[in-house]
Amino acid sequence: MGAEFVQLSLTPLLIGILAAIACALPGNFLILRRQALIGDAISHVVLPGIVVAFLITGVVSTWPMLLGAAGAAIVAVIIIEAIKRIGKIEPGAAMGVTFTSLFAGGVLLLEQSDTSAVHLDVEHALYGNLESLIWLSAEGWSSLTDATALADLPPELFRMAAAAGLIALLTLIFWRPLKLSTFDEGFASAVGIPTAAVSLGLVVVAAVAAVAAFDAVGSIIVIAMFICPPAAARLMTNRLEAQIGWSVAFAALSAVLGYVLAGYGPLWLGADNAVSAAGMIATVSGIILALACLFAPHRARIGAPRGA
Amino acid sequence: MSSIFLDALILQSGYNAALVALGAALLGIAAGSGGTFLFLRKRALVSDAAAHATLPGVGLAFMIMVAFGGDGRNLIGLLLGSAATAGLGLLAVEWITQRTRLAEDAAIGAVLSVFFGVGIVLLTIIQSMSSGNQAGLEGFLLGSTAGMLFRDAVVIAVGGAVAVALIVLLRRPMTLVAFDTEFAATAGINVRRMDLAMMGLVMAVTVIGLKLVGLILIVAMLIIPPVTARFWTERTDRVIWIGGAVGGVSGYVGAAISASAPNLPTGPIIVLVSFGLFVLSLLFAPRRGMLAALFRRRRFQLRVHRRQGLLALAHGEPIFDQLTLSVLRREGLIRQDQVPTEKGRAKAAKALRDEKRWAVARQLYADEAVAARYDGLTPIETVLTRDEIAEIDRVIGPPTAVMG
Repeated sequence: MGAEFVQLSLTPLLIGILAAIACALPGNFLILRRQALIGDAISHVVLPGIVVAFLITGVVSTWPMLLGAAGAAIVAVIIIEAIKRIGKIEPGAAMGVTFTSLFAGGVLLLEQSDTSAVHLDVEHALYGNLESLIWLSAEGWSSLTDATALADLPPELFRMAAAAGLIALLTLIFWRPLKLSTFDEGFASAVGIPTAAVSLGLVVVAAVAAVAAFDAVGSIIVIAMFICPPAAARLMTNRLEAQIGWSVAFAALSAVLGYVLAGYGPLWLGADNAVSAAGMIATVSGIILALACLFAPHRARIGAPRGA
Repeated sequence: MSSIFLDALILQSGYNAALVALGAALLGIAAGSGGTFLFLRKRALVSDAAAHATLPGVGLAFMIMVAFGGDGRNLIGLLLGSAATAGLGLLAVEWITQRTRLAEDAAIGAVLSVFFGVGIVLLTIIQSMSSGNQAGLEGFLLGSTAGMLFRDAVVIAVGGAVAVALIVLLRRPMTLVAFDTEFAATAGINVRRMDLAMMGLVMAVTVIGLKLVGLILIVAMLIIPPVTARFWTERTDRVIWIGGAVGGVSGYVGAAISASAPNLPTGPIIVLVSFGLFVLSLLFAPRRGMLAALFRRRRFQLRVHRRQGLLALAHGEPIFDQLTLSVLRREGLIRQDQVPTEKGRAKAAKALRDEKRWAVARQLYADEAVAARYDGLTPIETVLTRDEIAEIDRVIGPPTAVMG
């Protein structure tokens, strides 16, 4: 737990935790609103957005890509709504049509354009590159107070911290309207809360979380963190405040445990290479959810017979 | 390029390409019609969970085959493995939905992300293995026809044919279950078994499609054709066949396009072809399409304006609305100087009489469905019998002429 840890593991660990929390926060509301798969849809459409941004600007740089991804997410939400309204198609199917088609378009663009020279490929988009976000110039815990070393921190850390902070802040500010419109939309609009705007805002925040986390850790963590920690938390308690607390704790636990198991687990078992941290974090969140499904105090549906 | 595309379309660009095109068509038919059952049960996205859950199976099967000293890339072995974990994933979705208070969408999302995560972990382990010839295993993510062997193409074609045959055999009970579960149960169909058969079918289609379009895009082949088909008909049995046709055409044309030029990956092209068919349907389908809806709206608008114009003529009121004026003029009901023609006067008198008859009818039949039919547009003759109208006419007296 010395210099090597600070250099190789501290920043990926922090980024993983922040990404997990940023996704889990909006995930709580998405789960309660039965929109859990929005995260899945968003994380698929991010790919064409990033490819288009690359084709327009010709460089792999963060801001155009974030904007492209966010733009694609908004386009997807509009298309889903249009299909639902015009075709009178149920939401799940409308979502399925949209995100698979946009994803296919993204893959085709990727194959057609010569992006092989740059670090832009589908595997990267799925797995992320958490392991490579190391803090090269760190020489130990003392580097945390060293200004020149701090300047060399991977920029993903600041972006992820900013995104997580922003999402936490927004959740706090809009707590009452969010809570009311999630549990009783009719009552919420009766007391003057613009429920449609709250819904759209929630999707936009989810998209921000997805895009920010996608950049650093890949889409698989995004989908898992939107759903697994909040779902497990939902089985722990009946109070929304407590559920949010549980979900943040589960998200952080998944990130830490997953990262450690991915990095050191194979070594303990005698293998030489680490496994995918993103995949392991998703796996751990799934194990937590499975345990919650089996043992959590509020796991049963209300009214379901005991022991059923 | 176009001639190469034509060659591929008429199966002239090589035995392997022809087999792939036929396999893609069969797979498309199976996916399109099989997906319809899921779509009608409002469980379209269950296929998403099944598809993502195939990845750990692919990885495990590879590792097991290598451990027993075989070639890790044997397609049948990989498909068996993927079927095992896909089935496990589907069972997990069902278990979570029924035994906990989590909704189905949360269950689907949890299963797809966790299974996919496990699969990625396994893939990274495989990448660090020294034996087994793991190159190309990532092709299962997005499909790869480039590295497809003749053997693989045969597996896809035969698998697709078997799936289509299964659908033909089981279409009646599965349609009933998908469309009306309770009726199916009273009709003596084992709903649970049919549900399982449906899931098995989806799983089979997913697994067969892995090599061709990849696990992420197979979802599209299960969802887009049924939604497209839904635009063209209101009848369940036809949705199945149209869905199958849309899927089949997408698979066939997509495979042909992809064979006609480099850098056109089969999976995305097939999905985009079916999305193209979907957009065409959304725009142009009769009744449910966008254009049809626009036409309907326009026709309704014109009827309202014609009726209001005629009533204004009957009351001798001036008309200011430009659209109303142009409607009346175009139909020869008024002259350029807005004076009603002979025909216009007759129609105006009729409209006025219709309104009066309706007013009486709505009082006479206030409690009945008749009153609800009044919208200011429907001629009363289409709602009441001649005797009933004669009864009303006795109340309001003889018709009055409209002055020019």
